[in-house]
Amino acid sequence: MEVIHPSSLDEALDALTAHPGAVVLAGGTDLMVLVNCFGLRPEVVVAVRRVPELREIDGSFIGAGVTWARLEGAPWPALAQAARTVGSPQIRHTGTLGGNLGTASPAGDGLPFLAAADAVVEVASRAGGVRRLRWDEFLVGPKRNGLRPGELILGARLPGPPPRRQGFAKVGARNAMAIAVASACLLREEDGATRLALGSVGPTPLRARRAEEMISAERRPSPAAVAEFGRLVSEEVRPITDHRSTETYRRHAAGVLARRLLERCLA
Amino acid sequence: MIIRLTVNGTRQSVEVDGPESLLHTLRERLGLPGSKNACEQGECGSCTVLLDGEPVCSCLVMAADADGADVVTVEGLAGPAGALHPVQQALLDEGAVQCGFCTPGVVVSAAHLLSINPRPAPDEVREALAGNLCRCTGYGAIVRALAGPAGEAP
Repeated sequence: MEVIHPSSLDEALDALTAHPGAVVLAGGTDLMVLVNCFGLRPEVVVAVRRVPELREIDGSFIGAGVTWARLEGAPWPALAQAARTVGSPQIRHTGTLGGNLGTASPAGDGLPFLAAADAVVEVASRAGGVRRLRWDEFLVGPKRNGLRPGELILGARLPGPPPRRQGFAKVGARNAMAIAVASACLLREEDGATRLALGSVGPTPLRARRAEEMISAERRPSPAAVAEFGRLVSEEVRPITDHRSTETYRRHAAGVLARRLLERCLA
Repeated sequence: MIIRLTVNGTRQSVEVDGPESLLHTLRERLGLPGSKNACEQGECGSCTVLLDGEPVCSCLVMAADADGADVVTVEGLAGPAGALHPVQQALLDEGAVQCGFCTPGVVVSAAHLLSINPRPAPDEVREALAGNLCRCTGYGAIVRALAGPAGEAP
């Protein structure tokens, strides 16, 4: 096994050009499970933990290599809340937002925020330069993303400043070390425009467009409107039954989470 | 491949094989069995070490990626003359050790917590130890030990 330690983005892209089949290693919290428990034996590893460009974070861009521990202090409360629910302190010190994108699990805790914020995922390769994919062009299925061979995830860009009223909530078996049974992120503008994304209730994170449309028209939603919002969310999600939960419970939980987040934003 | 890293203050060069974990390197190649091997997927925290000062699951660190890193294991926490780390003493005093398998990971996580928060509240202890599973369910004693005397240690 060859391990390449690029010290810059240029070197990382060169390494991936020379070895398009290489495995990219950042925090390792997903990859090493495949090594330890599923016999993954990569031939070439490009270890990007020390690439400075991937560790950058500013007002509208989050580098793929930014760890959850750092995102706990992110300027976006919903993302900070999501970061705090990732794994354990040990996992959060190494795991990265880019790992959520690379793994593309529907349960990725950082993904509902990106979906609600209409984030654009930036990827790059030597041959293709920088490509920008809307979150739903990048997250195309369970554990499937739009990355091409030789491409590296640079990070996520937010198209505009998210509104002040925002929140994230998650249901799992316990507070720590829990893969989401259902999760939700809600952003609400001062004029009522509302965006709601849900995790673990479909093949990818998904937006509840009908519920969004209904509640966005309500400047001061009545209790009945809030309840209807939750009901629409339960109707709109597309969960499955698996070893973690049932379709019925996930539908119910998605509606409850959405309603609670809305109530918090209205308070 | 050969990696160079500092373990408990000592520089080491060690040959590692393929994508083996840092945990494997520490236990099987460097003779440091204090970090325990259990779940191998980051669930249990019994392999917790400090990597460049931060607690991580060493089972999820590819040893080859720890080239150049500074690693502290539970063996590196006691004083040079064998004096126990305040966390170890506090766990001992409170009787917070039962089977002992989770204890090394708990000690490393708690030592890190006290280094950044010398007087943690019980909830802060629980949160810092959320990634360390104790199946004897000794959490009550562990939290009492760490939110108590060790929290007042320098």
